[in-house]
Amino acid sequence: MANDGPTPLERFINGILPENPVYRQLLGMCPTLAVTGNMKAAMTMSAAVAFVMICANLITSLIRDLLKPHLRILIFTLTIATFVTIADRVLAAYVYQMSKELGPYVPLIIVNCIIICRCEVCASKQRPVTALADAVGQSLGFALALASIATIREVLGAGTWFGLPILAEGWWPAWGIMVLPPGAFITLGALLGVANWLGTLRGGKAAAAAN
Amino acid sequence: MTLVSEMVLIAVGAAVINNFVLHYFVGICPFLGVSRKVDMAFGMGCAVTFVISIAALLSWTFTFYILRPGAPLATWIMRTVTGNAEATSDLRVLNYIVYIFVIASSVQLVEMYVRKFFPSLYKSFGVFLPLITTNCAILFACLEIMKHVSIGGGGGAWGAAGGHVWGLPQALTLAIAGGLGFMIAIVIMAGIREELDHCDVPAPLKGPGITLLVAGILALAFMGFSGVDKTLAGLMGGAQ
Repeated sequence: MANDGPTPLERFINGILPENPVYRQLLGMCPTLAVTGNMKAAMTMSAAVAFVMICANLITSLIRDLLKPHLRILIFTLTIATFVTIADRVLAAYVYQMSKELGPYVPLIIVNCIIICRCEVCASKQRPVTALADAVGQSLGFALALASIATIREVLGAGTWFGLPILAEGWWPAWGIMVLPPGAFITLGALLGVANWLGTLRGGKAAAAAN
Repeated sequence: MTLVSEMVLIAVGAAVINNFVLHYFVGICPFLGVSRKVDMAFGMGCAVTFVISIAALLSWTFTFYILRPGAPLATWIMRTVTGNAEATSDLRVLNYIVYIFVIASSVQLVEMYVRKFFPSLYKSFGVFLPLITTNCAILFACLEIMKHVSIGGGGGAWGAAGGHVWGLPQALTLAIAGGLGFMIAIVIMAGIREELDHCDVPAPLKGPGITLLVAGILALAFMGFSGVDKTLAGLMGGAQ
């Protein structure tokens, strides 16, 4: 039974927390830091990444028997680049302002390590259903991570969430630094620390239970 | 504005004011992964600067002659094939695929060249050389060049140099200065991390956590450079 590989459900759940792309695998840092200044940009980015990841994983999984080992990375990147072009044109056509705000970070999805990693680790070895579940799980995990960072940065930095005022004006002096580049580094660093701390707490409990 | 002062503004903008790593967040993966020792960080910086210049040279050539709207070569081919003397080409939709292809093949070429002629250097780079393909900094440089060649606007971040199509000198300046900026950032980071080894960092923050916090403070320090370009532009404007 060992060669059956993981089931689709396992892959789906794995992506959300146990193998969260940002907090556990430290992949895809560029968009994680760059577009989390406010919730709207973060969610648009997550949607674009999810679209590209699902399509690229499906295609890779369908052509997995044709792949030559030394050319596979090139094939992955070209597949991803095609879908990124589609996503970029769609964004520019329907949400032009947002597409301008995201700027170069939409085309930079091409070199996003998460997608290449999923193609390499999962999609090039598994059936399409498993690859699909894996892509959906990973993109949900990515969206959750982006949402957590963007929430902190937008609420502290501008006092709003999705553009809605949360903290009363005058009572909360907006921390301008949070929406600027240094705020991104500091927020992600602190959140990584919290995530690791929670992980060790849980690990400690499991070890105590085993004893 | 003369070409030289434009190039100076672009170089200062790309290397320190809008540092690729600390302002645009591109190239974060090697910044976190290869910044443990100063000599390794320096090697990585050199490799990235080298690849980024080759990729910029190739992608400027492709963008200028083939991809941009009304590009000479593509338009000529189109007019010859269709027989319509009014036709103009616009191949912008192929931009991303061409760039990633250019980057992947230039990394491959550099790898083969280094392995043949500098075997010892090749050994010390090890796995990092192929990893440069997925370094966002290189694609980012290509995209910025594309913005100034095929749309002809932009300006903003790179000094006052907007409104006209960039030639090869501007494109190469942006690429080399951007690579140097990456090197500055990663070498400073490696220096700090070597000192951090002697410190008592709280366990959950060890590794990437503390690195990101330090990077945040570093980014804060680099924000001090903003505005330098305006002073510089004023000085050069006065000298002319």
